[in-house]
Amino acid sequence: MNPKEWAEKIIEGDVRAASRLMRDIDDRMPWVSDVMKELYPHTGRAYIIGVTGSPGVGKSTLVDSLIEVFRKKGHSIGVVVIDPTSPFTGGAILGDRIRMQRHSTDSGVFIRSLATRGSMGGLSRSTSDILRVMDAMGKDIILLETVGVGQDEVDVVNTAHTSMIIMIPGLGDDIQAIKAGILEIGDIFVINKCEREGAERMEREIMMMLELGAKRKDGWVPKIVKTEAIKGKGIKELVEAIEEHRTFREDPEHKRKFLQKALRIELLNNLKDQISNRVLEVIGHEEGLTQAVNEIIDGKKDLYTKSEEILKQLLC
Amino acid sequence: MAGKRKIRILVAKPGLDGHDRGAKIIARGFRDAGFEVIYTGLHQSPEQIVEAAIQEDVDVIGLSSLAGAHNHLFREVLRLLKEKGAEDIPVFGGGIIPDEDIPKLKADGILEIFTPGTKVEDVVKWVEENIHPRG
Ligand SMILES: Nc1nc2c(ncn2[C@@H]2O[C@H](COP(=O)(O)OP(=O)(O)O)[C@@H](O)[C@H]2O)c(=O)[nH]1
Ligand SMILES: [Mg+2]
Repeated sequence: MNPKEWAEKIIEGDVRAASRLMRDIDDRMPWVSDVMKELYPHTGRAYIIGVTGSPGVGKSTLVDSLIEVFRKKGHSIGVVVIDPTSPFTGGAILGDRIRMQRHSTDSGVFIRSLATRGSMGGLSRSTSDILRVMDAMGKDIILLETVGVGQDEVDVVNTAHTSMIIMIPGLGDDIQAIKAGILEIGDIFVINKCEREGAERMEREIMMMLELGAKRKDGWVPKIVKTEAIKGKGIKELVEAIEEHRTFREDPEHKRKFLQKALRIELLNNLKDQISNRVLEVIGHEEGLTQAVNEIIDGKKDLYTKSEEILKQLLC
Repeated sequence: MAGKRKIRILVAKPGLDGHDRGAKIIARGFRDAGFEVIYTGLHQSPEQIVEAAIQEDVDVIGLSSLAGAHNHLFREVLRLLKEKGAEDIPVFGGGIIPDEDIPKLKADGILEIFTPGTKVEDVVKWVEENIHPRG
């Protein structure tokens, strides 16, 4: 299949063609960029909603109930769920689908699980390209569930159009998260498991923190919504909050600002990848790399000189 | 670094029985071997299993059955894979499966059957030797 045919199938909504490309993106196969070039003109329409929060707060359950509401409104849905890769074995258990199984045979819902594969920041390296494939397939809304482990999960703000931070009452570390800067990245704060004691207090605390903190540059005042995802409670209100934020950021100026930041990051990442691949080609892959490292160990060259030398090789 | 394949495997539990201890143990074994394991939980219909396998682009499906409906369920998974043009995804099974059923299931296209008592490391070894990621 040539890149053009492959892309055409994806645009027609062929699930297998799309999922295979996603695999090649994740495995970083060199031919991927040729297909992405064909897909690119067909992207930019999907609305991406980020779902972030510590493990167990109910992100996947919330995604499941959001799928339900959005499907009833007639939207087609993509879901990308990310779980951590074990740093020791390189393996991963991707179990978020469990909570969304009632939608698994709905042809209007495409769910893809990804492992972080060593990437920090809450997303995998492949995430933005995989979102783009779903976008090209014609998904109206894409729900993006991040890992939820680290406190530096900020990549999602430069990827999702609306970022939701999920918290639950009675977890000491939520206040910690607020301190660590989570407050700045949430467009909507969701207090899930709100049937538990402390939900109201938590709502007041977040409200206070938001009022005390610096006003957001874009002028958006974050919303707070209480939900009980497992029973579908509060989801209607959550969807309303999402739609309100969506209307807010439809403003061309906001859109452009977002793209400026997002594409700047993506372009730099893409360049880094391309350059390091080219460098490896020039110096002779693993073998050449080992040789270069040995030269440094043996004191023939210092690290900085060697690095410059390789770069010169690349440029001529 | 560019171009590194990783085995992706779907561990699925079709049928009505309510135990997934075995499936979870095997899933952990696969993770520890460096595979990416998609685990979808209990009570999966063959339709759900096949849909997940396609959306996740897995290299192989492992089915676990304890309730005795394996003959029907395993074959249904094979049939649906074919129907969806995804018969290139191999399927193996494990669980309480009577000896006399095994040759018939294999003849119908189940690649391998593991019976209770098989060590996790032996299943991992079998996958490593027989499944080639997007080969
Ligand atoms: N009590 C209660 N439990 C919930 C609620 N939402 C989710 N859960 C449960 O919380 C657990 C973790 O949910 P999950 O969606 O997997 O969380 P994730 O790790 O953030 O994706 C599961 O057992 C859910 O059933 C809720 O609103 N109330
Ligand atoms: Mg989850």
